Amino acid sequence: MENSVSIAATFEIEYLQYLDATGKLVRDDLPAFARDTRQLVKLYQEMVMARVFDAKAIALQRTGKLGTYAPCLGHEATYMAIGSAMQEDDSFACSYREYGAQFHRGVKPRELLMYWGGDERGNDFSGPAHDFAWCVPIGTQCLHAAGSALAFKIRKEPRVAVCTIGDGGSSKADFNSALNVAGAMTLPLVAVIVNNQWAISVPRSSQTGAKTLAQKGIAAGLECIQVDGNDLLAMRAAMDHALKRARNGHGAMVIEAVTYRLSDHTTADDARRYRPEAEVKEAWDREPLRRLKAYLVSLNAWNEEDEVELKERCAKYVDAEVNAYLETRSQPVEAMFDYTYAELPDDLKTQRSEALFWDKPH
Amino acid sequence: MAQITLIEAVTQALAWEMQHDPSVVVLGEDVGVNGGVFRATQGLIEKFGADRVIDTPLDETTIAGITVGLAAQGMKPVAEAQFEGFIYAMLEQIICHAARMRNRTRGRITMPAVWRAPWGGGIRAPEHHSEANEALFTNVPGLRVVLPSSPARAYGLLLASIRDPDPVIFFEPKRIYRQYKEEVPDDGEALPLDVCFVLRDGSDVTLVTWGAQVKETLEAADVLAEQGISAEVIDVATLKPLDFDTIHESVRKTGRCVIVHEAPRTAGFGAEIAARLAEHALYDLAAPVQRVTGYDTHIPLFRLEMKYLPSVEKIVAAAKRTMEVS
Repeated sequence: MENSVSIAATFEIEYLQYLDATGKLVRDDLPAFARDTRQLVKLYQEMVMARVFDAKAIALQRTGKLGTYAPCLGHEATYMAIGSAMQEDDSFACSYREYGAQFHRGVKPRELLMYWGGDERGNDFSGPAHDFAWCVPIGTQCLHAAGSALAFKIRKEPRVAVCTIGDGGSSKADFNSALNVAGAMTLPLVAVIVNNQWAISVPRSSQTGAKTLAQKGIAAGLECIQVDGNDLLAMRAAMDHALKRARNGHGAMVIEAVTYRLSDHTTADDARRYRPEAEVKEAWDREPLRRLKAYLVSLNAWNEEDEVELKERCAKYVDAEVNAYLETRSQPVEAMFDYTYAELPDDLKTQRSEALFWDKPH
Repeated sequence: MAQITLIEAVTQALAWEMQHDPSVVVLGEDVGVNGGVFRATQGLIEKFGADRVIDTPLDETTIAGITVGLAAQGMKPVAEAQFEGFIYAMLEQIICHAARMRNRTRGRITMPAVWRAPWGGGIRAPEHHSEANEALFTNVPGLRVVLPSSPARAYGLLLASIRDPDPVIFFEPKRIYRQYKEEVPDDGEALPLDVCFVLRDGSDVTLVTWGAQVKETLEAADVLAEQGISAEVIDVATLKPLDFDTIHESVRKTGRCVIVHEAPRTAGFGAEIAARLAEHALYDLAAPVQRVTGYDTHIPLFRLEMKYLPSVEKIVAAAKRTMEVS
């Protein structure tokens, strides 16, 4: 008798990249959207806007005009791909720095500033009403997306729920629960792991022994891919594919977007404490804007004059949004009561009067 | 009209609401073909299909989290935690999201969801199946905490909880799931939330309780009556938000109060009621407020559990203590 080895299952994880770090095409099977150069220029402009906004928000925090803020520097391609690939009636459950995606979906910079500026009204944003607000408890949003996907499936609506999670968040139960239930129920879910290499001070290598984070979906029976998250073309191609198959009833997909957090975790963090400057310097060589710009320039679709004009336009727009934020008065004290329940219980009415009393000068 | 048990009243309420509101779905472990381990969802999958009676993977975090997602997209999910002792894995989703979603989005996203769980001790169950953990939830803003104590109140309060636009923790006293039957018309009539039910009028002492302990408390009132003491019995029913007015009004009349609950004493919900009596009713009281509760220990495994729980004897003794001072 021969004792041959039987294989119960095997897997491999594809890695997708169209543009290398210098902006050179590495594949010749460009997807349709990428042949629309005007559209690419538009997305590039939005990525630049997100970066201009980001720098401004940090400046506001440093001058005491904003609370703790989580920057998005380095993640612009990943977020722009997500935002631009989704349809309006899809639902987005993000963590707390996916600004480019959210701006594309209609959230205003002033609303984002309101949230980080200590005002709940930022969560009542101008983006789709079925999109979730920023989610601080790590990974919990993934199950909100799975539940949304289940609602769409029950109602037979051709909609997809998208969630984003960090490399650190991929260690959390809620993330793994979301993938598991999405596989078990064939839910229209796209889970994007934004692997920016650092969960505050803990590196990707300390999160898991798995070779890729994408493969965490394999155990749930999901299609999984690893993508260069700094390459807008690759990320958008992966998102388009994932959304299409989810919308057509083929179930959930995991996309690991490999990127790098070029900033501190938040304005309350100092990344110099835990990661070498050389690593950050090297990561700047792979950042997402430079390569897309180089590609657009190579197509004669963009030039330095355009760049200067764009940056001026972004600065003006961001300044106007910042002013709108700064001019927004605080909510009245009773606002802390008035949204706790649909109707204020009698029990809370007394406390509301108490707060109003103490709010008056004595 | 059929006489039904408390657990059958739960099923009857779920079926009524699923029949009349297509956005209501039931989800949990074993709620489908098996009809729930206590049979609360028996027959629902046959009537409403697997799309609306959803057997989830065996993960409480999943159940709680997808409930938030479903509710955010306009469904009315009724999630089941198989036992109250398994609800802890749901806490982050309930506390950080369900309870505060309306508030943090200024009303943009709301959570018309119910978390049901069999609750409490006294059924000789294994470890982690006998907790009285309602006070964990009464401290959470944005939640309602509801505990029915009879088939009729289980039916009416569950209907009200599903229809309520905000999240409700609905604890079902499993010790009295099948203890007795009563007539419960299946007419879709909800009972009011946020109010206490006065189950028995009395003039000497107010006995305040909820859940399975309502049974012992009513029996204690009978014993007290035989001894010439007239006890008023209040079933709190909705612990949060609390209808303190009903309790206060009763204590104004009786001047005495005994609070009965099976949860541990320290920071149990009885402490909140006692504190409010101290704040608002001190001069109405003829005697110190008494508490008859579980001890500040873990509820023991079942050989000792009945010694842990409040009993008729303990309640009568507490009531008589209040009568000694005057």
